[in-house]
Amino acid sequence: MLKVLKSGFFLSVQDLGRLGHRHVGVPISGVLDTIAVKRANKMLENDPSDSVLEITMTGPTLLFEADTYICLAGAQMSATLNNKPIENYQVIKVSKGDILSYGRLENGFRNYLAVKGGFRTSEVLGSRSQYFPITPSKCIADGEEIPFDEIKAFDPSLTEVKMKKYFETGTLEVHKGPEFSILTDRQLGEVFSKTFTVSKANNRMAYQLSELIEGHKHSMLTSGTLPGTVQFTPAGRLIILMKDGQTTGGYPRILQLSEESICVLAQKKFGDFLSFKLL
Amino acid sequence: MKDYSISIQPFGERAILIEWPKEVSESILRDILTFRDSFNKLRQPGWEMSIAYNSITLVNNQEDVDFEEVEKQILDCYVSKNAGQLKEQRFLWHIPVCYEAEFGIDLKDVAKELKLSPEELIGLHTSHEYLVYGIGFLPGFMYLGGLPKTLEIPRRKEPRLAVAKGAVGLAGKQTGIYPQDSPGGWNIIGNCPIPIFDSSKEKPCFVNVGDKIQFYQISKAAYDLHKIEAEVGIFKLEKTPLDA
Repeated sequence: MLKVLKSGFFLSVQDLGRLGHRHVGVPISGVLDTIAVKRANKMLENDPSDSVLEITMTGPTLLFEADTYICLAGAQMSATLNNKPIENYQVIKVSKGDILSYGRLENGFRNYLAVKGGFRTSEVLGSRSQYFPITPSKCIADGEEIPFDEIKAFDPSLTEVKMKKYFETGTLEVHKGPEFSILTDRQLGEVFSKTFTVSKANNRMAYQLSELIEGHKHSMLTSGTLPGTVQFTPAGRLIILMKDGQTTGGYPRILQLSEESICVLAQKKFGDFLSFKLL
Repeated sequence: MKDYSISIQPFGERAILIEWPKEVSESILRDILTFRDSFNKLRQPGWEMSIAYNSITLVNNQEDVDFEEVEKQILDCYVSKNAGQLKEQRFLWHIPVCYEAEFGIDLKDVAKELKLSPEELIGLHTSHEYLVYGIGFLPGFMYLGGLPKTLEIPRRKEPRLAVAKGAVGLAGKQTGIYPQDSPGGWNIIGNCPIPIFDSSKEKPCFVNVGDKIQFYQISKAAYDLHKIEAEVGIFKLEKTPLDA
């Protein structure tokens, strides 16, 4: 078991998401930054869909109650193992009684803790990703214990990789969304020349941007939405849906983030600057 | 059955949006469902789709989509679909609702505004069949069409921070059931004791797009009983096959 001594700001178990239930309105959920997690799972020679802990902004303090191997990925959050600093993208052996804790957020917004074999919480509808009320809780609380399998020996083929910097950019690469054509020249100019900032309303469901552009009166029938869909409200606000976002919506979908840009956005926090670039 | 003119466009790197004419119409929905059945037969694993009113969003969760290739499959499927023959059986579901004041917190006000008695309002609400045009927004939330004009009422000016699971509401041209506790701006006229969505079940939502819903009125005593029956798994909803 992994004992959560302190959970930090928002700690949840996530995998690659809940597939096959979109048609009844279930969001996909899963890790927001798949680039980080795919790499961490690969280094541990895990299955790509093995679950990890998603750690947001302020990290937890965690006690390992069995031996295993871990790999951290994503944001840099001054992690230490028994008070000794550890880096992302390294396979690290941990022993029963070791304590992993996190310090200051240095860059990014979400760190991932992958463990050899993945965390073994119960699956609901084919996924371990926490999303309330599909799963009984939306995040992990202080004192909870998260199961994993004890691993005594593992000889990884890679113990350390240099990861290219992918989330330092503030430019989100986008495709035209289904209602792109409703944008007027003035709105187009604003969307692609303005620098936007991430508002306080940002979470696993959606990121709202602080700056408004000229609004609209376009009404449409409710239709499908995806992670990375940029919705445009009549008041002129841009809302970027993320993995826990609703599967359908009635606001015009003007842009669609590239898969990589969803990972970039996952590492942005309140006040960070963003701009859009059409692919 | 005639073919509609459909538009097919890429929606990011992993999805394709197929749109029918921008109308709320049962015959368009039937055409969409027929296409779905025909496409499902060909579909590789990794694809899923959501239907809402006049569109299908087709998503591949595993890899980027080769748009031209899938567009061709879609068109072939659309042209060769077995016109009008739905594979999946559709049902009319009979859904119990308790309209008593404890649950129908806006019923009196809504009735007054619509110039109806509460009994007339309940009578109208329970005498129509509503077609499920889509499921989304929340797990198990149905977009229902077919509300009589006499029951159309705007959303509340201020949304509530918490609407109870099972709440039955009216808003604009829509009626529906909140499948979970949620913030919401609909006018609440009753509550349904049977969960619309249950993630412990293999098929978590009993309703499919294309099904119909009809509400029937129950007493508070029946509500309490049905709630317990649903919890222990012995409540069976009544359903009538459609297209029979």
